[in-house]
Amino acid sequence: MNLTLKVWRQGGPNHKGKIETYPAEDIPEEASFLEMLDIVNERIITDGGEPIAFDHDCREGICGACSLTINGVPHGRESAITTCQLHMRKFRDGDTIWVEPFRARAFPVLRDLVVDRSAFDRIIEAGGYISARTGSAVDANATPVPKADADEAFEAAACIGCGACVAACKNASAMLFVSAKVKHLGNFPQGQPEAKRRVLAMVRQMDEEGFGNCTNQYECEAVCPKEITAEFIADLNRGYAKASLEETLG
Amino acid sequence: MSERVSDTPDARIPEGPIESKWSRHKRESKLINPTNRRKYEVIVVGSGLAGGSAAATLSELGYRVKCFCYQDSPRRAHSIAAQGGTNAAKNYQNDGDSVYRLFYDTVKGGDFRSREANVYRLAEVSANIIDQCVAQGVPFAREYGGLLDNRSFGGAQVKRTFYARGQTGQQLLLGAYQALQKEIAAGGVEMFPRTEMLDLVVVDGHAKGIVVRDMVSGEISSHAADCVILATGGYGNAFFLSTNAKGCNVMAAYRAHKRGAYFANPCYTQIHPTCIPVSGDYQSKLTLMSESLRNDGRIWVPKNKGDVGKPAAQIPEGDRDYYLERKYPSFGNLAPRDIASRSAKEACDDGRGVGPGGLGVYLDFADAIGRLGKDTISARYGNLFQMYEKITGEDPYTQPMRIYPAVHYTMGGLWVDYNLMSNVPGLHVLGEANFSDHGANRLGASALMQGLADGYFVIPATLPNYLADQKPGSVAADAPEFKAAEDEARERVAKLLGVGGTRSVDSFHRELGLLVWDKCGMARNDAGLKEALEKIPEIRESFWKEVRVPGSGEQLNQELEKAGRVADFIDFAELLCRDALHREESCGGHFREEYQFTEDDPEVSSGYTNEGEAKRRDDDYAYVAAWEHGAGGEPVLHKEWLEFEDVKLATRSYK
Ligand SMILES: Cc1cc2nc3c(=O)[nH]c(=O)nc-3n(C[C@H](O)[C@H](O)[C@H](O)COP(=O)(O)OP(=O)(O)OC[C@H]3O[C@@H](n4cnc5c(N)ncnc54)[C@H](O)[C@@H]3O)c2cc1C
Ligand code: FES
Repeated sequence: MNLTLKVWRQGGPNHKGKIETYPAEDIPEEASFLEMLDIVNERIITDGGEPIAFDHDCREGICGACSLTINGVPHGRESAITTCQLHMRKFRDGDTIWVEPFRARAFPVLRDLVVDRSAFDRIIEAGGYISARTGSAVDANATPVPKADADEAFEAAACIGCGACVAACKNASAMLFVSAKVKHLGNFPQGQPEAKRRVLAMVRQMDEEGFGNCTNQYECEAVCPKEITAEFIADLNRGYAKASLEETLG
Repeated sequence: MSERVSDTPDARIPEGPIESKWSRHKRESKLINPTNRRKYEVIVVGSGLAGGSAAATLSELGYRVKCFCYQDSPRRAHSIAAQGGTNAAKNYQNDGDSVYRLFYDTVKGGDFRSREANVYRLAEVSANIIDQCVAQGVPFAREYGGLLDNRSFGGAQVKRTFYARGQTGQQLLLGAYQALQKEIAAGGVEMFPRTEMLDLVVVDGHAKGIVVRDMVSGEISSHAADCVILATGGYGNAFFLSTNAKGCNVMAAYRAHKRGAYFANPCYTQIHPTCIPVSGDYQSKLTLMSESLRNDGRIWVPKNKGDVGKPAAQIPEGDRDYYLERKYPSFGNLAPRDIASRSAKEACDDGRGVGPGGLGVYLDFADAIGRLGKDTISARYGNLFQMYEKITGEDPYTQPMRIYPAVHYTMGGLWVDYNLMSNVPGLHVLGEANFSDHGANRLGASALMQGLADGYFVIPATLPNYLADQKPGSVAADAPEFKAAEDEARERVAKLLGVGGTRSVDSFHRELGLLVWDKCGMARNDAGLKEALEKIPEIRESFWKEVRVPGSGEQLNQELEKAGRVADFIDFAELLCRDALHREESCGGHFREEYQFTEDDPEVSSGYTNEGEAKRRDDDYAYVAAWEHGAGGEPVLHKEWLEFEDVKLATRSYK
């Protein structure tokens, strides 16, 4: 198939970027979206140009590296997939496709389609863990956990930290990301001792990083490749309100 | 029989019965007191299961840790992609598992080419790993009673695999990553993401630091420390197409090799039987379909060549060859990976492969869906079925999956002793990057186990054996060795940027990969390997003449990153083929066509094994091949002869 790409090009963090046009010709429809970009890049290189930079690694939807906004939607219009899982058979011959980075104040562009998402790491650093010093654990079956709780924890833990939720939100809020981690860890008995501290610290760090507030737009849920539910955000809000009240009351 | 004298450095295997070696070693290991630990600086390269767990645990113990990875976040290390599960000798299923059985299965699965003492220790600490991960909140699958669930994997007759749907690696890595972030917050770990190690720095014979490139600014700099730990993963991408993440590479290990570290058994590569077949030459990677699918899926090809073009549903039961069930009745579809892969290749070579190019076999769930219902199958493998559907556009609930073997894992790696230290003092190697536990073939669900064993439990106990004799901070990054290594790294970058050819880096990588897959893949022979060894230098020569690396070194430059890695893959591929050529036997994933059982062998006529199975030559090859990067680049072979005291060397049979 033959396509036209409109791609965001930006030389570096402090450069001004702009949209450039590239033909994408003879693309096999079995190819993935990133393989289509590989083909385009291969031609740019042999023609003497500089290839389009984009983040990727696993190419199977689990590492969370790939981060393209395709035709205005993070990871494209197909639901429940990452950019690397999108295949060209979902497009039509002759289509024009817009390819831009995940945009948010907290995700500055480093080059072309590559953005800096280290703010997510700092949010986890603030409290997204259970302190369990290596070697101190009791037998894994000592505390049975109801299957439903464990399954729900898994649903939340499935987050790949890609940042599509932020890029889709008009407020660039990171609430879905934060709520998923708070839910995952809070659903286990071993997550309880740090639960209050966790929710307060993570939300505060999120604010500090420049992410916006959640105004219940649900765009995050719609683009999440792992179908993480925005219901976790309601739980997070309740948990945060309770923890901050208890903090004020001492 | 040749003279069995090892000429590698002492592997430091503790004395005594195998069950007490590890506890005895820990008892006799050196200790560093808590106040002194913070005087020591430790470099950890890699943030996967091995590196992430090591960095977090060493920091908890009080060491000052610097951790490096090439991804934008430690959470994205390749371990994240592991699907099926992780083994542990918990015997929660009460089906007769034990530390000894896990140990035995692993040694046998590795076709008797691993070091007994290391494997026993791995089996021993496996149970602690599960405890540790559950304490961190890893959401393993559970039964309705709230206890942990298990599944079975290849090469075992017990259910000892712990899993989190098809995302076990992700969940284990997030556990390690979160522990790492906790330590970063506590100030014990300084994290350097998007930073690539370009070289190892050796001072007075000891590994004392690394040279790195900041992948955003392009700045090249040095870091000095009291020791260096490499946990940089495997080299499967030498074949270009593999199930590994695109960035996986051999650079760190190969650079260390060039600085003196022995590379052990590079020819032991694992070809995984269940991957989605190649569909075109645009393809950038291959996707694994977890081995767990073989719990319920049945593998078959048509009995008659004439049927290969027909839709699967039109081939009656009697005309199907469930070849694994036929050849290996007691393990059936759960035969180990090397065996299952080779059998698929045989069926396809025989003209009975299905799908485009005849390079595929069926993995069929019809029976299981009939027996258990679609819902149960979907609960077990839903995400894998979905993944298959997304990639191929075919629905595996209504038609069988098509699968074919693909490069997946590398058992070879840098040589290490029982302390996980290489022959270069101070250089320790963990996880897939070392050679230690899987012999010539790794069993499923054992890599995650090994990475976490190495990082959480082994290195924290063994590192003091080296560090206690070192004066902390004795080498600084202004030592002349650092300057020299930095200069070399800068020259190499300039050279890569300066070739000024017209071909892309990828085009060379593909060319190399095809050659190595063809000549040193699932089946190898003398003539093919010699041919590869003639062609690789030609690829190298054209690479350095014709490659085009656009852009500059002072910016984010992905072509430059790839170029450095591919240059090392080219050099490394030579070592891989050299090792395969020298090992004149078949064992595990290393199948030399010249060495297989034939109908004339008593093992075949007695029905113990089948024609065409791998034939080991223990008298001559029961050793670890540890290659030294000799003067002028000529590889020099060192042998560590393997002693089997607790497992009887036997021909592997899964019949
Ligand atoms: C698709 C797939 C599925 C799998 N499923 C299973 C399974 O179910 N069970 C199982 O047991 N095993 C499985 N495996 C194998 C297992 O995932 C790996 O062997 C294991 O995760 C390797 O862990 P590691 O920590 O050694 O290395 P990795 O996770 O590969 O980490 C390597 C680290 O090193 C860093 N690095 C590398 N080079 C450099 C450099 N030059 N400079 C700086 N940093 C560098 C990387 O950034 C990364 O952080 C699977 C593998 C694949 C490919
Ligand atoms: S590249 Fe890993 S999720 Fe897309």
